[in-house]
Amino acid sequence: MAIFGPRANLWMNTALVSVVVLFLGALLSIWVVPVMGYNTQERYAPEQPVPFSHRHHVTGLGLDCRYCHMTVETGQYAGMPPTETCMTCHSQIWTHAGVLEPVRQSFAENISLRWNWVYRLPDYVYFDHSIHIAKGVGCTECHVSIGDEALTRKTTTLYMSWCLDCHRNPAPHLRPLDQVFNPSWKRTANTPSGTALMTAYHIHPETLSDCGVCHR
Amino acid sequence: MRRLPIIAVAGLALAMAGCDNMANQPKRLPFQLPYGAEANWPALPPAGIVANDEPFGPPPPPPVTIALLARGQQRYDIYCSPCHNRVGDGNGMIVQRGFPRPPSYFSANLIKASNQHYYDVITHGHGVMYPYAVRVAPPDRWAIITYIRALQASENARLAEVPPAQRSLLQ
Ligand code: HEC
Ligand code: HEC
Ligand code: HEC
Ligand code: HEC
Ligand code: HEC
Ligand code: HEC
Repeated sequence: MAIFGPRANLWMNTALVSVVVLFLGALLSIWVVPVMGYNTQERYAPEQPVPFSHRHHVTGLGLDCRYCHMTVETGQYAGMPPTETCMTCHSQIWTHAGVLEPVRQSFAENISLRWNWVYRLPDYVYFDHSIHIAKGVGCTECHVSIGDEALTRKTTTLYMSWCLDCHRNPAPHLRPLDQVFNPSWKRTANTPSGTALMTAYHIHPETLSDCGVCHR
Repeated sequence: MRRLPIIAVAGLALAMAGCDNMANQPKRLPFQLPYGAEANWPALPPAGIVANDEPFGPPPPPPVTIALLARGQQRYDIYCSPCHNRVGDGNGMIVQRGFPRPPSYFSANLIKASNQHYYDVITHGHGVMYPYAVRVAPPDRWAIITYIRALQASENARLAEVPPAQRSLLQ
C-alpha cells in the first residue's frame, strides 16, 4: 500500500483551508461579534407594561427629566416615577385610553407598575448619576436619542471601553450646567470650549480610569 | 508513583471548586422587590410609618436670598410650569392639551393668599391638582413660593423700576 493514497492532495488542501477558515472565524468571534448590535442589545426596546413615549412627553410636552426621574441629581439611581406622577396628568387627560389601563389599575390597587430595565450594568460595576450631572455630562451623552424615542431603547453598548472612552477624554462631552437636561442640545459658537468647562468643573482625567473608580 | 495522577486530579478538582462566575455578584437595587417578596407587596409604606430622618413638622421659611430665588425658579420651571406656565398665567402646555385650567397667580385671591396657603397647596394638593409632597422637598416649597411672589411683584412693575443697564433688554 502506498503511503499517499489518490486523495492525499485533497485531504491536505481541505486541512489547509479549514485552518484558515477557523482562524478567520476566531478573529470574527473575538473582534466582531461582541460589538454587533444583536449581542450588545443596542436599539433593543424591551416590552413594557405601558408603551410610554419619551418623544411625546419630553420633546412634545417639554417636561423636564426631573419631573419624573426625581433623584437623578442627588442619587446613584435616577429613579422611576411612582404611579401618582403619571396620574397628576392622566387623572384628567386620556382618562379612557386603553393603553393607560395598567396605570389606573396600579393607582387604584396601590401596586407599583413594574418597568423592565433598558440600561443595565453588571452588579460588580459601580455607577453614580449625580456626579455626572454635577459635572455637566448631559443625559443624552449616554442615553443618546431619548428625546426622540417612541419606545425607550438601549443606545450604547455599556461596555467598559465605552465608559473609558469618555473618562480618558471627557472634554468633548461636557456642557454648561443649565443644558444638562436638554435632550436636543447642540454645541454652538458661543458655548465655552470643552477644555474651559473641564477646568471650571475641576475634572482630572488622569485618575478617572483607575480601576477603583468603577470597581469598588 | 502510581498514585501521583490520582493526587493531581483530586488537587485540581479541589482547586476548581474555588472557581466561581465572578460576573454574578447579586446586589439589591433601591427599587427592586425584597428577596422572596410577592409581586404585589405594598407600594407605599403602611399608615403611620415615619422615615427615620423625617423632620418633625414643616421647616420655618428661610430668609429670602438671590440663591433661594434662583432655586425657586428652577424648581418652579420643572414641577409647576407644565400647567401654571412659566409666567404664572395658568396656560401651560398640559392645559393646552386639555387639562383643567388653574387660576392665574395674578388673580386678587391668590395675591392675597398667605404663604402658608401656598405651602399647603403644594403639600396636599388642591381640587384636581395632585399633591407635590413627594416631588418637592420642604425647603424647595419655600423657594418656589418665593419665586411665585417675585412673579406676582413683576406683573405690575413699571419700566422705571428696572435698573438702567437692563432696560434695553425689555424695550
Ligand atoms: C412623564 C415622565 C417622564 C419624563 C418627563 C422622563 N421620563 Fe424617562 N422614563 C419614564 C418612564 C415611565 C420610564 C420607564 C419606561 C420605559 O423604559 O420606557 C422611563 C425610562 C427611562 C430610561 C430607561 C431606564 C431603564 O434603564 O429602564 C431612561 C434612560 C430615561 N427614562 C431617561 C430620561 C431622560 C434623559 C429624560 C429627560 C430628557 C426623561 N427620561 C424624562 C418617565 C419619564
Ligand atoms: C405633565 C403631564 C403628564 C404626565 C406626568 C404624564 N403624561 Fe402621559 N400624556 C400626557 C399628555 C398631555 C398626553 C397626550 C399627548 C398629546 O395629546 O399630544 C399623554 C399621553 C400618554 C400616552 C398615550 C399617547 C402616546 O403617544 O403614547 C401614554 C401611554 C402615556 N401618556 C403614559 C404615561 C405614563 C406611563 C406616565 C407616568 C410615567 C405619564 N404618561 C405621565 C401628559 C402627561
Ligand atoms: C455617564 C453616562 C450617563 C448619564 C450622563 C446619564 N445616565 Fe442614566 N444611566 C446610565 C447607566 C450606565 C445606567 C444603568 C445603571 C445601572 O444599571 O446601575 C443608567 C440608568 C438610568 C435609568 C434607569 C435606572 C435608574 O438609575 O433609575 C434612568 C431612569 C436614567 N438612567 C435616567 C437618566 C437621566 C434622566 C439622566 C440625565 C439627567 C441620565 N440618566 C444621565 C448612564 C448615564
Ligand atoms: C460622557 C462621558 C462619561 C461617560 C460615558 C461615563 N462617565 Fe463616569 N464620569 C464622567 C465625568 C466627567 C466624571 C466626573 C469626574 C470628576 O469627578 O471630576 C465621571 C465620574 C464618574 C465616577 C465618580 C468618580 C469619583 O471620583 O468618584 C464614577 C464611579 C463613574 N464616573 C462611573 C462611570 C461608569 C461605570 C461609566 C460607564 C457605564 C461611566 N462613568 C461613563 C464622564 C463620563
Ligand atoms: C469607567 C469605569 C470603569 C473603569 C475605570 C474600569 N472598569 Fe472594568 N468594567 C466597567 C464596566 C462598565 C464593565 C462591564 C462591561 C460589560 O458589561 O461587559 C467592566 C467589566 C470589567 C471586567 C469583566 C469583564 C468581563 O467580560 O466580564 C473586568 C475583569 C474589569 N472590568 C477589569 C477592570 C480593570 C483591571 C480596570 C482598571 C485597569 C477597570 N476594569 C477599570 C467599567 C470600568
Ligand atoms: C398637572 C397640572 C398642575 C401642576 C403641575 C401644578 N398645578 Fe397648581 N393647580 C392646577 C389646577 C388644575 C389648579 C386648580 C385646582 C382646582 O381649583 O380644582 C391648581 C391650583 C393651584 C393653586 C391655587 C389654589 C387655590 O387656592 O385656588 C396654587 C397656589 C397652585 N396650584 C400652586 C402650584 C405649585 C406651587 C405647583 C408646583 C409645585 C403646581 N401648582 C403645579 C394644576 C397644576
